[in-house]
Amino acid sequence: MERLKRIWKQLKRKPMSLLGFGLIGFFFVVAVLAPVLAPVEAGSRDAYTMPQSGYGADPVLPSHEHLFGTTESQYDLYYGMVWGTRTAFKVAVKVVSVSVLIGVLVGGAAGFYGGWVDEVLMRFTDIVLAFPDLVLAVVIVAVLGPSLDHVMYSVMAVSWPSYARLMRGDVLSVKERDFVTAARSLGASDARILFRHIIPNSIYPVLVVASLSTGSVVITAAALSFLGLGAPPGYADWGYLISLSRNWIMGSSGDPFAYWHTVFIPGIAIFLFVLGWNLLGDAVRDILDPRQK
Amino acid sequence: MLKFALKRLAFLPLVMFGVTALLFLCLQHLSPEMRASLYIKDPRQLSQLESVIEKYGLRKPVYVQYGIWLKQLAHGDLGYSETAKMPVAEAIMSFFPATFELTLVAFFPIIIVGVFFGVLSAVYRDKFIDHVSRFVAITGYSLPSFVLGLLLLMVFYGRLHMFPPGRYSLDTDTLLQAGNFHHWTGLLSLDCVLNGQWSAALDVLSHLVLPAATLLYIEVALLLRITRSSMLEELTKDYIRTARAKGLPERVIIRKHALANALIPVVTLSSLLFISLLGGVVITETVFDFPGIGHWGVQAAEQLDIAGVLGSALLAAFLFVCANLVSDMLYAVVDPRIRVGGS
Repeated sequence: MERLKRIWKQLKRKPMSLLGFGLIGFFFVVAVLAPVLAPVEAGSRDAYTMPQSGYGADPVLPSHEHLFGTTESQYDLYYGMVWGTRTAFKVAVKVVSVSVLIGVLVGGAAGFYGGWVDEVLMRFTDIVLAFPDLVLAVVIVAVLGPSLDHVMYSVMAVSWPSYARLMRGDVLSVKERDFVTAARSLGASDARILFRHIIPNSIYPVLVVASLSTGSVVITAAALSFLGLGAPPGYADWGYLISLSRNWIMGSSGDPFAYWHTVFIPGIAIFLFVLGWNLLGDAVRDILDPRQK
Repeated sequence: MLKFALKRLAFLPLVMFGVTALLFLCLQHLSPEMRASLYIKDPRQLSQLESVIEKYGLRKPVYVQYGIWLKQLAHGDLGYSETAKMPVAEAIMSFFPATFELTLVAFFPIIIVGVFFGVLSAVYRDKFIDHVSRFVAITGYSLPSFVLGLLLLMVFYGRLHMFPPGRYSLDTDTLLQAGNFHHWTGLLSLDCVLNGQWSAALDVLSHLVLPAATLLYIEVALLLRITRSSMLEELTKDYIRTARAKGLPERVIIRKHALANALIPVVTLSSLLFISLLGGVVITETVFDFPGIGHWGVQAAEQLDIAGVLGSALLAAFLFVCANLVSDMLYAVVDPRIRVGGS
């Protein structure tokens, strides 16, 4: 807790990290206020389904009726952007927390038990690490069928190994400490030592790394949606909105920028969202880097 | 050193075995009919579904199927990739040179820009140039490659008609198909030069500009960061103070003393970057319709082209093991204090 307070104090002094806080805060407010900013139309079956005005193929430029214009197939881009903020937070939080949990359990068990448990778990971790991230993720989604949940599972499946490695290293050093020996001599069970003494004392670096990687998790998930493997048609998701723009980047004849909004608006949103996380992460890493004291 | 290298290489079969076995398990989630449908091109062939399942042994238990695949592999047969419309070995031989060429063109600018601005950032710590270069780097790191790629295509290809997607244009294609064109290296731009076709070489290079620029902007951040923090660490050390005390000019201290030592982690990171680029840059290749390993791997995965996925995963696993090996050995080479494999 003391450490967290100190980090917070230093964060407040850095302009870059304040910008990061500002960006994340802005998106958070948008996500919370989504029903106010973009009211769900009466009769819509699901708030995350973007309203569609007509079925014309060509995107329409921003106007009074459609603040950010429409995409291919006439989905309202403004609505998609607002509700997509919720999707982005949902994906980021779920994927990061579940992959941290898996990494902590696998790495914790490997470091704590050592021997063949360590050998088996870490070789398995190495094998998953050896995959090109996206190819494994795409196989998983392709096998399970395209959906946002499956995208999340597949990103979890490729992102836990780095946490497991980190966790194992920390557990190896913590388990030699005196307080662990003390707990053991008092007759504490393995599970109690692992969960009450070792994990709370070694999880800290993993949490920091996890918070730093939130940005890249969002990019990977969006990339899968961009490949057409993520959200179903009409779902408010930034990656999906960008995939809708792919056919329109050449514009119309004579006007190459005729449909600029279809890629620019969702592109900027993903960029600012990820930038916010990365600015925060960068600042935290600076503070923790012992070499830069 | 040799012993250490051999020990690391012994890990290679295990990783390859694990990677492919894991893929087989994933794919078993699909019914035999679904896996057989990949081989069916025409609705009229549907009646042959059963014979396809029979022919490829798709109903057999997973370990039997994996055994069959391993046996084929032992005979040097990687199978046939339906997405590439050619045998897997041939597909790798055709896509890998493209990725290799892109890697070569993208890699050196990343290193030069990353190291240069990393050093500058460290030397002028907390000054204007430090803030600017770090901010530019972190924006690149935050920009998804498909967003940057699409925007670059929109401006440079749509508007300025300068750098088209793909690997070469139609004229070059005609030239490449001609009987008197020799493919010496597989690196098309070099081959064109060797064949005396300068305009074709320029055409190939112009197709590489946008993907390479995308990679530069996105990948440079990490290198800049490592160079900066490593340089900052060196600059606080005693030998630098000694050098300053004896009155050496700051330029000499930075170039001759600090930089040489600060580059140790940079060399390692660069080797990892090089090999990760070689493994194919899936999204960048897809956005620019560039026929490389990553593009093929993802297409194969999307269409459940099992042989293709296994082939590209094997290549990736191989590169992964090499990357670990190379980076560990480089550490020992550039830093004599490190003894690999010793006690």
